[in-house]
Amino acid sequence: MDILLLSIIASVYIIILGYTGYVAWKQTKTAEDFMVAGRTTHPYIMAMSYGATFISTAAIVGFGGVAGVYGMGLLWLTVLNILVGIFIAFVFFGKKTRKMGHNLKALTFPEFLSRRYESKFIQYFSGFVIFLGMPLYASVVLIGMARFVETTLNVDYSLALIGMALIVALYVIFGGIKGVMYTDAVQGTIMFFGMIFLLFGIYYILGGVTEANQALTNMSNLVPQAAAATGATGWTSIPAFGSPFWWTLVSTLILGVGIGVLSQPQLIVRFMTVKSNKELNRAVLVGGIFIALMTGTAFIVGALSNVYFLQNTGQIAITTAGGNADKIIPLFISTAMPLWFAYIFMITLISAAMSTLSSQFHVQGTALGRDVYETLTKRKGASTVVIARGGIVIAVLIAVVLGFLLPANIIAVGTALWFSLTAAAFLTMYVCAIFWKRSTTPGVITGMIFGTIVSVFWLLFVYSKSATALGISNFLFGKATLITGMPWNVMDPIVVGLPVAAIFTVLITLLTRPPSKKHLEKCFEGL
Amino acid sequence: MEVLGIPDPWVWGAYIACILVTLLCVIYGILNWNKGDEDEEGQIKEELEWEQKELEMEEKELGF
Repeated sequence: MDILLLSIIASVYIIILGYTGYVAWKQTKTAEDFMVAGRTTHPYIMAMSYGATFISTAAIVGFGGVAGVYGMGLLWLTVLNILVGIFIAFVFFGKKTRKMGHNLKALTFPEFLSRRYESKFIQYFSGFVIFLGMPLYASVVLIGMARFVETTLNVDYSLALIGMALIVALYVIFGGIKGVMYTDAVQGTIMFFGMIFLLFGIYYILGGVTEANQALTNMSNLVPQAAAATGATGWTSIPAFGSPFWWTLVSTLILGVGIGVLSQPQLIVRFMTVKSNKELNRAVLVGGIFIALMTGTAFIVGALSNVYFLQNTGQIAITTAGGNADKIIPLFISTAMPLWFAYIFMITLISAAMSTLSSQFHVQGTALGRDVYETLTKRKGASTVVIARGGIVIAVLIAVVLGFLLPANIIAVGTALWFSLTAAAFLTMYVCAIFWKRSTTPGVITGMIFGTIVSVFWLLFVYSKSATALGISNFLFGKATLITGMPWNVMDPIVVGLPVAAIFTVLITLLTRPPSKKHLEKCFEGL
Repeated sequence: MEVLGIPDPWVWGAYIACILVTLLCVIYGILNWNKGDEDEEGQIKEELEWEQKELEMEEKELGF
């Protein structure tokens, strides 16, 4: 660790953030100014701040590491991230969500669904699902941060985790919960150029695009035996069709995250903060390039790090990282890249993680306070603040505790599980809310309940990765998983939960009376 | 056939598809750069009201 260099970089970073914060503050004297800031915001600033919200530390550290194990086939996730997470989300969902959200005056995602279907139950049920499920996602972001600090600064993991948790807690306590667009844009810019540097860097070190890829192709005989036995065929080829390795790559990592992004509460709420359709159109351009560079680079670098590590340590990436895929990207950056770059990258990742975490805690606080407590008790005011803040404190604590308890190789899988849970619970309802006027309240509620139950059951008792890690099935029934045999144990909850939710929604909808015209007119006004 | 040193079409296909979907976003963005502002005033006003409500919620319910 070079303390002088690190302090210089950290100070410069803080000065830049402080300066942009000051500029933003100077331009926005009144609350009114603050809110119309977007009207005169340069599309670049706006798009970069989008990017910083979309891409979390988990995507770069966790999924980049996973690419070190599963190879370049993971690039299909980049394809889905751009096609589904940017193009479909902005063009087909964003505009309608914005308008309908405003028509219904909904402030949170559960509230949006509940007002669209005139059911309080939807609001507190989804509030509960979000509050209970999100700590897993928050904790993997925290783990990603801590792993990076551990490797780059060469400190103990527990120390890094506690340090990071303390910084996050202070940030939240001192009211930093609201993301500031200008500072997000600074993070986005540094990440953007950092990833370009990394992409060119790795291909330069390894002698060119074709040469580097070819070297990786030539390593297919080095795939660990355990992985080969479950279907791995190399880093530049897709695993054997239908093998456990294939199912994890395709159903959990690619589909779970690629599709689940559509039903992420914190991202859906962002559509409502967009100023106009024009802004969404413009964001498609910059967002597409940004996501391509961020995730594409992370996956390519993760996969190619195998070549680098083989040339320098004689081992493949996962072996060099001590069997923990979460450490591959931090290890690669701190050994292959210049020290100043590793420090800049680390500081940017930390601040990106902070903004991701604070928006997660924000969603959790409102889920518990507004969606669950207020809806159930019909009380408003000071008591909600206590509940919401208490919820945030609990959420931070759970995230830290999980950071200690969760096993290695967890960042990508943890993210994927949260994404597939939200997809099974909310995606069908969200799609129906926007595109299917005939869909009825009993229909979507049945779909949501069955989708949630089936995917939670799958997570706890069938899907071996999560069931074994959580140990509830073993505790209750003395068996690691209740259903054994291929492909069930390796099939992601989304593959089962999403169709179940969709089938129930459609069936019950067709059996019940269509919603009132008057209500539909209100929801779809101007659409 | 090997493309860019990658033998499996399912993998180089992903590599190429990444570039293609990015281009899709770029082209869509360019073609629609100035579209969608027919009712920009109304949209901004609507959004303003929404943000005011959100701010209120944050103060009242989260205490921030």
